[in-house]
Amino acid sequence: MGMQNSTVPFAGTREQEAALLEVISEHKDDRGALMPILQKAQEIYGYLPIEVQTIISDEMNIPLEKIYGIVTFYSQFSLNPKGKFNISVCLGTACYVKGSGDIFNKLQELLGVDDGGCTADGKFSLESCRCIGACGLAPVLTVNEDVYGKLGVDDIEGILKKYE
Amino acid sequence: MYRSHVLVCGGTGCTSSGSTKIIETLQAEINKNGLKEEVAVVQTGCHGLCALGPIVIIYPEASFYAMVKEDDIPEIVSEHLLKGRIVTRLLYTEMVTDDGLKSLNETDFYKKQHRIALRNCGVINPENIDEYIGTGGYEALGKVLTEYSPDQVIQTILDSGLRGRGGGGFPTGLKWKLAKGNDADQKYVCCNADEGDPGAFMDRSVLEGDPHVVLEAMAIAGYAIGATQGYIYVRAEYPIAVDRLEIAIAQAREYGLLGKNIFNSGFDFDIELRLGAGAFVCGEETALMTSIEGNRGEPRPRPPFPAQKGLFEKPTILNNVETYANIPQIIINGPEWFASMGTEKSKGTKVFALGGKINNTGLVEIPMGTPLREVIEEIGGGIPNGKKFKAAQTGGPSGGCIPASHFDIPIDYDNLISIGSMMGSGGLIVMDEDNCMVDIAKFFLEFTVDESCGKCTPCRIGTKRLHEILDKITNGQGTMEDLDKLEDLCYYIKENALCGLGQTAPNPVLSTLRYFKDEYVAHVIDKKCPAGVCKALLSYIIDADKCKGCTLCARICPNGAIEGKVKEIHLIDQSKCIKCGACMEKCRFGAISKR
Repeated sequence: MGMQNSTVPFAGTREQEAALLEVISEHKDDRGALMPILQKAQEIYGYLPIEVQTIISDEMNIPLEKIYGIVTFYSQFSLNPKGKFNISVCLGTACYVKGSGDIFNKLQELLGVDDGGCTADGKFSLESCRCIGACGLAPVLTVNEDVYGKLGVDDIEGILKKYE
Repeated sequence: MYRSHVLVCGGTGCTSSGSTKIIETLQAEINKNGLKEEVAVVQTGCHGLCALGPIVIIYPEASFYAMVKEDDIPEIVSEHLLKGRIVTRLLYTEMVTDDGLKSLNETDFYKKQHRIALRNCGVINPENIDEYIGTGGYEALGKVLTEYSPDQVIQTILDSGLRGRGGGGFPTGLKWKLAKGNDADQKYVCCNADEGDPGAFMDRSVLEGDPHVVLEAMAIAGYAIGATQGYIYVRAEYPIAVDRLEIAIAQAREYGLLGKNIFNSGFDFDIELRLGAGAFVCGEETALMTSIEGNRGEPRPRPPFPAQKGLFEKPTILNNVETYANIPQIIINGPEWFASMGTEKSKGTKVFALGGKINNTGLVEIPMGTPLREVIEEIGGGIPNGKKFKAAQTGGPSGGCIPASHFDIPIDYDNLISIGSMMGSGGLIVMDEDNCMVDIAKFFLEFTVDESCGKCTPCRIGTKRLHEILDKITNGQGTMEDLDKLEDLCYYIKENALCGLGQTAPNPVLSTLRYFKDEYVAHVIDKKCPAGVCKALLSYIIDADKCKGCTLCARICPNGAIEGKVKEIHLIDQSKCIKCGACMEKCRFGAISKR
């Protein structure tokens, strides 16, 4: 799922780093603190590039390879920045049997990106996800916080237009 | 005191279809009509009938308004709340009969249900601890701490016959007993809320609709086994559930129902939340604990079992959300009450998430032993668009497909295993004649290939090979020999994989091979996909009798595969056709079909 290192240059700010250091010092001594810290770090930066992982590694005195191993293990963590609008298509069973696979293909075709990819202008990123639990509305996709349900392939262009 | 309560579902299903906006509009409209002191708007958890969201229920009349839109709100407020006239046009259609209005509990969807785990879902405001206490909440914890010894608690749970609702069906009381028997300076109680089966959302609904029941049950478990710390491992993909759990934990601490010296009994217990990060394997108990410890969520061999060495190497019990949701009711009503429901070896009720090709998608809680037919045809309202039932899939990626020949099977743990499926956490996905069973098997294998943690070879490489063979078959390149290979490899993986994920990963293949072998054979020998799903095996054909020669299809074809002049019958060149289906979609005369 899009686990190549990012080609977008890292542009973290001083404020972001200060926020991260605060999170680390707050949780550093908790048992099993690494996961919550990585989750907070992703909230701060939007993704977890190697630069952010290095800060966490240095501060917590945990080898970078262990951190990288964890980041690449869990699908929630991303090494790539997301687009301004992140489109997530549910490929859970209930959505799949109602045709979400076709919807995902249509989006790949329209946006010209693969699973986990981002359009060149940084506007749309596309990912598949596993069941957001809105099976009553299958098939479902989300654009950032907006949820679209009971979709057909023909609805897709109209949804994208809303974000143009 | 309010004279009317307006309950609006705030579960994920209804929120996705706009219920937050409905609540805002309702409140504004109620204020406008000066009813603020008389009518209360309550955001509740899930009512179960997600297909009809957003759902609004007004009490005391129990009027169930379905698919409510913002524009409907002024009418509901001025007619129902102000003038006392029920807005019949917005009611759930099944409630409206020629002889007047039917009660909600008499509708097909609700009448056969028996709600224990979902008792409070859709009834109380989950963000208010007082409402939980008002429906008998924390009474069981009080009773246990003041009247029961830990052994009595365990005996009660053993006597009830409660089995784990997360999939395996291990007796809950026995799990507790084992953990109690191991002495240690620290023990842990964990809750598995990492509901990973795609198409299953039972646990999410309990967490969103009744979070306190989980906290109460975990405290009871802590008292029984001698633990003072609990962890809830919940999916980060469930933001509403996470919020409500955080609120519930804070409220319980404030009321002294979590923390030090609960009910003045000298018993201490507290709970922390840990968010999952999207790894299906973390639903496996040892992987989940490894993940809480802050590592890659890889499983480890058992023994030692978690009851001996679990989280942070200490004795630990792990139960799933629905299991916990049953505990307080068992304590209050007694184990005999619980054991009086269900079948010989599966007691109580089970929550199922109905999804796929079924009219009433949503959540149902039914006594164990209810026949599948009843669940699908009566409670679920049957298959939409007059299509034929093909299979019901239970147990998620670890389960199997149940064909029409087993339609009358009473659903319980052992029956499902005997026909090659399993209970799993309770997802029940219905498939009709338009679903290809080989494609479904491939879909699940794609999932397990993706989610295999990679630690053991049978799972990491075995599932990949299974997927490759299935891919070959759906592309029309399979041989009969492949079918044998497929089956052999399935058994090999089942016997040799390290954890539950790998051991059950071949089930979707085995069960479809067992019941739908003819579909596999059709792909291999006839090079046809009977359901018309597998693209490589389809051909699009123009019906000469229906074609008007309008040229639309020829113009729309992205590959120039359609030839024909105006007002002449068109033809598809099969060697050029890329099977995108655009022509069939656009044809206004229904002249193009796929075979």
